[in-house]
Amino acid sequence: MPEARAHRRTLDDVTTVNPITSPTDTATGELPYPGAEHPARQYRLDANGLGIAVHEWGDPDDPPLLLVHGGFDFARTYDAFAPKLAAGGWRVVAWDQRGHGDSEHPELYSWDADMRDALTVFDHASPGRPLPVVGHSKGGALMTQLADAQPFRFTHLVNMDGIPFNRRIPDVAEHERTRMLADEIAGWLDHRRRTATARRKPGTIDELAARRGRMNPRLPVEWLRRLVTVGGFESDDGWRWKIDPSMRFGGFGPWRPEWTLMRMPGLPMPFLGILGREMEEMGWGTPPDKVLPYLPADGRCEILDDVGHFVHIEQPDLVSSLVLDFIGGAA
Amino acid sequence: MTTLLRHGKVELALHHLRDTGDGATATTRPLLILHGLGEASPAAVPTWAATWPGPVAALDFTGHGASTIPRGGGYTAELLLGDADAALAALTGDDSSRSITVLGRGLGAYIALQLAGARAAQVHGTVLTDGPGLAGGPTGPTSQSFFSLPPATTASPDPYALVELGRDLRPPDYATQFVRLALAGSDLDRPITVSSVFRPEWLDAVAREHGVVEAPLDEALAGYAHA
Repeated sequence: MPEARAHRRTLDDVTTVNPITSPTDTATGELPYPGAEHPARQYRLDANGLGIAVHEWGDPDDPPLLLVHGGFDFARTYDAFAPKLAAGGWRVVAWDQRGHGDSEHPELYSWDADMRDALTVFDHASPGRPLPVVGHSKGGALMTQLADAQPFRFTHLVNMDGIPFNRRIPDVAEHERTRMLADEIAGWLDHRRRTATARRKPGTIDELAARRGRMNPRLPVEWLRRLVTVGGFESDDGWRWKIDPSMRFGGFGPWRPEWTLMRMPGLPMPFLGILGREMEEMGWGTPPDKVLPYLPADGRCEILDDVGHFVHIEQPDLVSSLVLDFIGGAA
Repeated sequence: MTTLLRHGKVELALHHLRDTGDGATATTRPLLILHGLGEASPAAVPTWAATWPGPVAALDFTGHGASTIPRGGGYTAELLLGDADAALAALTGDDSSRSITVLGRGLGAYIALQLAGARAAQVHGTVLTDGPGLAGGPTGPTSQSFFSLPPATTASPDPYALVELGRDLRPPDYATQFVRLALAGSDLDRPITVSSVFRPEWLDAVAREHGVVEAPLDEALAGYAHA
C-alpha cells in the first residue's frame, strides 16, 4: 500500500533520526561471551506509529538476511549466531518484536500486530526483493505463516525449533479441563488488572541470569549473564529485563498450534527445519517425527541430538554452517 | 458522568448513564452495556434498555469512543475481555461478592459471552443481541494476509480495531467453552440469553448449549432483573 510505504525511511535516515539510546547502548557495559559481538548498527524504524529497534551485523553492502527471535527473547540473543552468518557474506538484520528488547512497549499485543511490525522491517531491509529468513521459536512460527501468506518475500525459510504442536494433556476429565480453563482465564484477567503499575522484579546480574537459567537450564551461565547486560537495564535498585512487564507466559484464545503445521506442506520456497531433540519449557515440545510428514516438497529437517530449544545458542557453529550451506553463497 | 479506568496502558471511558434504580422493583445491580464494532457507548440509557430497574453503565472499548487509540493496532477479542473485566471491577468496587448483568451488542455480545464465562460468579445474567461486528471472522485458519493501514482520518474508532476485530477467528467450540464456564460458575440455571435475530455460526452453537435460552431483549432483561 503506498500509504504504508510512506512510513518507511532509508537506513541513513533512521540511523540519524532514531538512534537507540539505552543504558546498554555502549559495548563497554556488556559482559563478554566467546564469539558474541555488539551489532554494527542499531536504529529504530517507525512501524505504524511504534518504534521498532533494529540491530545489524555485517557489511551494510552485503545482501540482507533476516533473523527473527522468539517470544520473551530479543534480537541481541543473536549476538553469537549473527556474526557467524555475517562472516558468510550477509548483512544480518534482526529486530526486537514490540515490547521486547529496545523496541517500544505498545498498548496492545497480538500475532497480527507482530506480523505487521515484521513487514515494516522486511520493506526496510529488502524493499521489493525476496530474501532468506531465519526464525527461532515463535519467530519461526510467525515466519512460517508469513511465508504462506506472502511467499514473494522469501527466497529461503529456516525454522529453528519454531513449529507449534498441540500438547494436549491426555486422561483429564472434561470437568477438570473446564476448571483448568477457568483458572487460566481468571489468572490472566487478574494479571491484566495489575499491569498498569507492574514492574519487573529487580536483582543483580547473577540473580537475573539465575532466573532465566531456570527457564533455559541448558544454556551456559556466562551467556545468561551477558544476556542480562544486553537485554536488561540497571537502575538504583538493580537490574531488570527490558521486556514489557505487562507480558506474561501463557494466555488463551481461539488459535491452535496445529494451524501453523498445516501451512508447511504448501510452502513454495526451500525450507529447512532445525529441531533439537531435547524438550524444554520455552519450546513447543514438538516431537521431530511429528513434523516430517508436513515438510514441503522442497523441504528438509535436521534433527540435532542432545540439543535443546535454543539450537543456535547451544551449537552456533553447526547451526550457522547448516544455514549458510542451505541458503548458498551471498549473491 | 464518565469515569476513566486503567487497563494496562489503555484508558477506558466508563459512562454512567443512570446511577440508581427506580420504583418498587429497583435493584442495585448495574447493567453494563457493551457496544458493537465501530460504535461507542450511547449518551443516555437507550430505549431498549430503559426497563432495567437499576443503574446502567456503558463501556467504550479500546480504540472506540473516548477510550485510548493505541499505536499500531494489536486488537483481539481477549483484549476486549480485559476491558470488560476492568468495567466489572469498577462497577462492583472490586468486591467479588457483588455482581452485574451484561448486555452485549454485536462484537460486544461476543465479549459479553466471554465475560460471562471468565467471571461467572460475578455476572448475573448475560444478554447477547444484534449489533455491528456480531459475525466476526472465520471459524478456522485462513489465507488472510497482513498489511498496514493508512493513517486514520478520524480520531475514533481506530481503523485497526475495525479490521482486526472484524476478522478475528471465532470457532464455535471456542465460544461454547465460555457457556460451560458460565454454567459451572454461575448461580443461575440459565446464565445466558440469546436475543439476536442474526445467528452467526459461533452464536448458533452457543444458542444450542445447555444453560442458554432464547428470548426477546425486554424479556431477557426482566428475567435477570428479578432472578
